Parts: sequence; C-alpha cells; structure tokens
Amino acid sequence: MSVVVHADQVSKIFRLGDVGSSTLTEDIRAAYYKILGKENPYLKMAVENDRTSGVSSDFIWALKDINFEVNQGEIVGLVGRNGAGKSTLLKILSRTTTPTQGEIKIKGKVASLLEVGTGFHPDLTGRENIFLNGTILGMRRSEIRDKFNDIVEFAGVQRYIDTPVKRYSSGMYVRLAFAVAAHLDPDILIIDEVLAVGDAEFQAKCLGKMKDVSDQGRTVLFVSHNMGAVADLCSRAILLKQGMIIQDGPTDSVIRTYVQQNMQVKLSDSSSLSDNTVRRGTGQVRYEQIRMLNSSGEEVNEFFQGDKVVIEMTLKVLEPINELLASISLRSGRTRDMVTSTKRNKIDCTNFKSGDIVNVRYEFPRLSLRPGVYETYYWLGDKSAETAFDVVDNLLPPIVVKLPIETNDLFVSGYFDEPFTFEQISI
Amino acid sequence: MRQYRMTSNSNKQWDMIIRPSGGLFDLKLRELWEYRDLLYLLVRRDIITVYKQTLLGAFWFILPPILNTAIYFVLFGVIAKVSTDGTNPILFYLTGLIAWGYFADCINRTSTTFRSNASIFGKVYFPRLIVPLSSVVSALIKFGVQLILLVAVLLFFLIRGENVHPQYAYLWLLPLLLLMMMFSGLAFGIIISSLTTKYRDLTNMVPFAVQLLMYATPVIYPASIIPAKYLWILHINPLTPLIESIRFIFIGSDQINWLMLGYSLVFTLVTLFIGLLMFNRTEKDFMDTV
Repeated sequence: MSVVVHADQVSKIFRLGDVGSSTLTEDIRAAYYKILGKENPYLKMAVENDRTSGVSSDFIWALKDINFEVNQGEIVGLVGRNGAGKSTLLKILSRTTTPTQGEIKIKGKVASLLEVGTGFHPDLTGRENIFLNGTILGMRRSEIRDKFNDIVEFAGVQRYIDTPVKRYSSGMYVRLAFAVAAHLDPDILIIDEVLAVGDAEFQAKCLGKMKDVSDQGRTVLFVSHNMGAVADLCSRAILLKQGMIIQDGPTDSVIRTYVQQNMQVKLSDSSSLSDNTVRRGTGQVRYEQIRMLNSSGEEVNEFFQGDKVVIEMTLKVLEPINELLASISLRSGRTRDMVTSTKRNKIDCTNFKSGDIVNVRYEFPRLSLRPGVYETYYWLGDKSAETAFDVVDNLLPPIVVKLPIETNDLFVSGYFDEPFTFEQISI
Repeated sequence: MRQYRMTSNSNKQWDMIIRPSGGLFDLKLRELWEYRDLLYLLVRRDIITVYKQTLLGAFWFILPPILNTAIYFVLFGVIAKVSTDGTNPILFYLTGLIAWGYFADCINRTSTTFRSNASIFGKVYFPRLIVPLSSVVSALIKFGVQLILLVAVLLFFLIRGENVHPQYAYLWLLPLLLLMMMFSGLAFGIIISSLTTKYRDLTNMVPFAVQLLMYATPVIYPASIIPAKYLWILHINPLTPLIESIRFIFIGSDQINWLMLGYSLVFTLVTLFIGLLMFNRTEKDFMDTV
C-alpha cells in the first residue's frame, strides 16, 4: 500500500488574546532584538510555556511534533476534545494556514470540506453558484460542465436551477452546496464534522458519500466529536490531546482511550456542569451534576450488556416553576439516530424556592443495549415540549456498552437485544 | 502507540509539500494560471450582481464624477480661478477624475482583500491573488460606464466647437495606460491589504492617503501651475505621467512625457513585485492573525 499523506514533525504556535495594535510594538521589539543578535523573546515564551504547564503566556503550541502517515484508501478519524488541535491540523492540511515547523507531503489531489457552499452568492442563480463554488473548490469549468446534470440531479433542484439561491429554502440551499462538494472526485478528502449539521437525511447523505468515496479507493481524513460516526466509518483513528498525538491505531481502542480520558477530566472536575455556561434552555432549573454509576456505586461509563446502570442527578432551582419534567435520551451511529428515550418523568416542584437543590435518580436494572457508543442527551422542561429549562447534549461522556464475552455476531444489527426463543418446528 | 514507519524516501514523487514557508520569490504564477476559470467566474459574478441592479446601478456609477466635476468647477474654476491651461475646465476635471477614479477604485477594492474574504479564505485554499485580480478587472465595468459618459460629454463639446483636440493617433496607448493604472492600483492595494491583516489601524489611513495622493497628482490642476521648487513631487509621483497622458489623448491638454512614462512603468512593475511577495507571505498564515 502506498503512503499518500506523510506528516513529519508538524508543529504550530498560536498566539492567544487580542491581536491588535500592540503587535506593531512587538514587531519593532522583535526586530530590535534581532539587530542586537538576541533570540526573539516571543518565540522563547512559547517554548517555556510548553515545558512548564501552568505558566500563562500569550503563545501556545497548538500542535507539537505531529508525525503520522496515511495509506491510500484508509479512512482515518481525527478525534480529541475541543482545543486538542484537530481543527488546526485540518487547516494545515487544507492549506488555509501553515505549520510553524515541520512539513506534510501529500500525493494526489486534495479536497477539503470545512464547510459547504463557500462563496455562494445569494443573487446568483443555482447554475451560476454551481460554477462559482466548483471553481473555488478547484474544479475546472469544463469539469463542472460535464458533471452539471449529475450535480443538479443529486441536489434535486432541477426546477429552480435558474432561480437566485436567495429564494431557495435552507434545505435546498444546503443540498445544492453539498451536491457540488460531493462531485469533487479528489484522491484525498479532508472533511470536518461541522459539515454533518442539518437534518438527519442530509447527515446520512453526507456520511454515506464519505463511505462511497472510500469504497472507490480514495483516502478520507475525518475530524469529529461524534464517536458513533468515527466508530462506524473509520478503521483507524488518531487521538490528539493538547496538540500532541496520544494514540494512533484501531478505532475501537482509540475511542476507549478517548472516553476514559474524558471521564477522568469529568471526575476530577465535578463542578464542570455548573461552570458550563454555553447551554441551551431558559435556565429556570439547571443540572448541577450528573453521575453515571454501576451496580457497586462506582462512577463509570463502560458497561456490559445486562448490567445495572444508575444515573444520579443534582438539579439547582434558580426560579420557582409550576411544572418540571426530566428525560434522558441516547443517540448513536453515524447519523446520530435517537436510539431510545425515557418517558418524561414528573418532578414535584410545588415547594421550590430559588436556590433549592433537588436530587433525582434513574435506575436501569438490565441494560439491553447492543455493544456500541451511545451519546447522552439530558433534558429538563415542562409539558409544553417547547420550553426546555436545560439541555445537556453530548457534553458528558457517552455510555459505552460491551459484550461480556467476545461473541459478536457480525450479522446482528440494530441497537437492542429483544429477548426471544427460537426453535425449529418441522423439517 | 502505532509504529511510525519511515517508508518514504526522498526520490518519491509528492504532489504537494506543505511547509512553514515556501521560497520567498516563489510567486506561484503557474498555480494562478490553473485557477484562471475562477478569475473568470468571480468577474462574471461581479458583472451579474451589478447588472441585477440594472438602470440605477449605472446611474450611481456616473453620479460621483458628475458631482465632483461640478464641485471642482465651482471651487477651482469659478471661485479660485485655477487655470486649466486653456482647455475646457469641465472636460479637464471630468477626464482627470474618471481616470483617477479607476486607480482609486482599484486600491479601495483590493486593500481589504484579506479581511473581507476571511470567511472564504479560512475554508478553502486557492491562490488568494485571484480575488484582488478579479476586483481590478471588474472595476473596469464602472470605468467603462464612466468612459461612455466622458465620450458623450466630449462629443457634445466637439460639436459645439470648443477648444478640445482628441489625439486619435495615440489611442493605441490607452489600453497600456489602463493596464498600468490597474497594476499600480493592484500593487498598492495588495501591499495595504497585507499590512492591515496585522496592523489593523492602517485601514483608517487608506482613504486619507488616497486623497492626499490625488492632490499630489495633477488630476484637478495642470502641472504648469505648480511652482518650480515643488515640481519634484509631481516628477517622483508615478501617476503623474499616467493622468497627463490620458488627458492628452482625450482632450489634447498636457503632453506625453515618454521618459516619465517609462519611469512609471518601471515603478509599477517594481511595486507589483514587492506587492506579490508581501501578499504571498501574508496569505500563508493570515488566518491566525485576522
């Protein structure tokens, strides 16, 4: 197998904070130091910051000594928490920024999809935008002309092709934008998970196309938070943490490490939910803490099929309310399908005063989920179903389900093991 | 941990190598040529979006030179009585202002290249130079509309038998002069846009600097009224011969100074080269600072 991407000691320094007029002063000082033959003081700061963590500096290593190779036809998932360096690596690979040190060698034509519809102009028609967007993505006009009918058909916008895209519904717009990207035919496709936004149908189409691309022997680099999609699509994953590669190997084991590491962070920082201010919901009631426990009361997120699972929640009342319901949902797979959801459970809130702390507990006696990675979605709201007080959507570690013994039947699919008996009643 | 294998060797053919910074003098003109379709489509986009505003769009193009001509006619011609070397003052101002307008338009459109395209540049790689190039080409639309106005006014005065003498024998020079204005505008614009990604406050200086440059160029006055001891300013200004030559071709005032024009050409090429170097350096990692 031939190597198509070869990254060698790739590093990148970022400066934090505001890049304003002060940089002129800094540049003059840097030039002054250079004239005196001294080392640039700003570069030195970054190096120091790396060696002694905790020292605050305006400069950090967003990536440090990244080495990897990708073979032709591989689908590699890049995973890691926010700020681990995934996006920076993606940007370097797609050439929107350069590394500070090191180099990446690439064989073949690269297409990077960090978003769809780049350069779409609302006043231009669908036809005009296909050509504009296609050439921005690196296609020639003749190439687009050849694929034009396919693109229009894939997007399903035949009737509106000569209408300005500002009159398109958002669904049509995204479909058209994706259709152009889907017909790029690169040797290497670099794709960001932000692409997989939109409705479920679109996500499925998007991820399905990735699978097609790799089936044709092309190489895919996929950056994602969505462990389900990574597990589903990628045979190999690379885990980044604080700008360095922590693990590079089969997807299963990388995901396990990722989940464990996330778990450690949450355990050591039990107030993480109350600190997390970027949350949906109106905020009359907030989750303070959500703990997932096994039968012996240990905080874990890996379970065997058939295990007991306990979820304990601490809620904080910020404003008195008339009605309070709670539910837990699980999502999985590359399309993040809703797998299951509890009923909306009523919590008595007649005597709530602001500042009250409420504890609730869910108990699932026998886990019937099939092995896999299930994202969690915790919801607090009222009966109207339109008001959510608080939503914790995939902010906490997913539930990982394993089989007690490795008797994984490859032909079993779906999410649940429904109990059944089987017998042959005649010849 | 996966074993890092050194399977690559130096003689292997790679299609692309991403490095901290390429050669300083690598202008990547071949790559620019590969993206010529994008240049065409960006210009087409500008034309279409302008024409979609139809009649009123063209009207806004010709209004500023008419108003400015009227203002300078009253202020300089009637009140201050500044000479226009005996040529019709309205044609004198109009020609100078339209020619200058194209140059200024080229600077203004290209000087914000990085900042106004940050959202596209952050997502897809293509040779960034395509964008300012398309801006100066599509600025020709506005110039073309204004040129029609100029020709109409010129015809009007010719029919009335005014003292105007278009130099038909030098018409061939006009495209070259236009190209020189285009590329000097582009050069200044991309230098400014490269600097403003880091030193953002420079943006505030641009309109003022362009205005100042106009007054240092014989746009609304002939070089003949400038006292000899200040004439060097006009002589080192590479735009002086461009404006003077254009006015000479259209209305027969001023003259063509071939030596000065040669200097202007060299100046344009040098600034363009410097601009390309700065622009290429900036495009590599401006996303980190913008």
